[in-house]
Amino acid sequence: MQRATIDLWVGLFVMAGIGALLILALKVGNLGTYSEAQSYTLTGIFENIGGLKVRSPVKSAGVVVGRVTDIQFSTKTFDAAVTMKIDKRYAFPKDTFASILTSGLLGEQYIGLAAGGDEGMLKSGDKIMKTNSALVLEEMIGQFLFDKASESEDSEDDSKF
Amino acid sequence: MPRRIVIGIRGIGHRVIDNIWRLGYATRFFILTLLKSGSSIRRFSLIIRELYFTGVLTLIIIVVSGLFVGMVLGLQGYETLQKYGAETSVGTLVALSLVRELGPVVAALLFASRAGSAITAEIGLMKATEQLEAMGMMAVDPIARVVAPRFWAGVISMPLLAAIFSAMGIFGGYLIAVVLIGVDEGSFWSQMQSVVDFRFDIVNGIIKTCVFGVAVTAIAVFEGFDAQPTAEGVSGATTRTVVTSSLVILGLDFILTSFMFRGVG
Repeated sequence: MQRATIDLWVGLFVMAGIGALLILALKVGNLGTYSEAQSYTLTGIFENIGGLKVRSPVKSAGVVVGRVTDIQFSTKTFDAAVTMKIDKRYAFPKDTFASILTSGLLGEQYIGLAAGGDEGMLKSGDKIMKTNSALVLEEMIGQFLFDKASESEDSEDDSKF
Repeated sequence: MPRRIVIGIRGIGHRVIDNIWRLGYATRFFILTLLKSGSSIRRFSLIIRELYFTGVLTLIIIVVSGLFVGMVLGLQGYETLQKYGAETSVGTLVALSLVRELGPVVAALLFASRAGSAITAEIGLMKATEQLEAMGMMAVDPIARVVAPRFWAGVISMPLLAAIFSAMGIFGGYLIAVVLIGVDEGSFWSQMQSVVDFRFDIVNGIIKTCVFGVAVTAIAVFEGFDAQPTAEGVSGATTRTVVTSSLVILGLDFILTSFMFRGVG
């Protein structure tokens, strides 16, 4: 076969391969939507993080604004320090409230940021002061059953008198 | 009676020593290929010629199988996920399974049987017809002239082929889920993008394909170079290439997966 023909086909093949890699990176992966280079770090202390994982999304008003990058357990205070990277485009007030929420009834867990009214903005490395732990389903059910039981005891007591 | 036992044990020992010797021979051959590949990189047209045979001619089987694997994943994923009302996650399922596992592994298996066997047969036949020895007579090193370009062409084309396989598979999943069944297109892509991570999923997949590319082509060129110079010897070497590289791909995939994705959830 002619040298030029081979060169042409190989060139097309390599271009197709690199094109496929670009499609995977930009269309399938999250490289196009969110880059770690333009982000700042925040930390939050939670009593219980439930099923939160590294790479879980951080959302505000339902929009993904960042990702959890690190979760550490402190042996001094016995709680969890969650580090998250937030997109530079989004600044949050100092009194922002961070809570661990669940998408859907049994869906994945994420950190929800509710902005406060403070004038000053959170800077990279700052700690979020107001946090709300994850709701653990077992504890909720336990609490509910306990309440029900005490309620029915009350009503039985009422019927006696 | 004890004599038979001794002979039996001796047989086992003989096989083990033979296999270890062959493994060492293959490793030395691999290192020699790397050392002598300098001249083939300088004469890049040799590698481009081999890229045509290993890469371009493998393209059609990769594109078609990628498309069909993605379509089957889309169908099966939809069947299961719609029971839980999560049919929009079908894009995530297709993309993650292709990028992490199926793309690298299936593309490497196809590559081994399409290109690896061809490399072995070609080099083996060159040896059987004494072309390699003739080269040696003309002071042309057959490892530098024949083996190294084929090795590097395989190493270059494997990641590209696997990327094309994954991209075609995701397109096949899109065809089935969005075009045919009617899953919402926006959530199909956005759920996929929110879950598939560039560093953890795509880069790890590319690392896998590079490892598979080195392993498959190293096995293929070694089996061809080591083949008995007869018709039977070449056919046996070709079979060994496909069997050994398939087993090596699956074994390496397990090892790489357990290192890459163990801590990531």
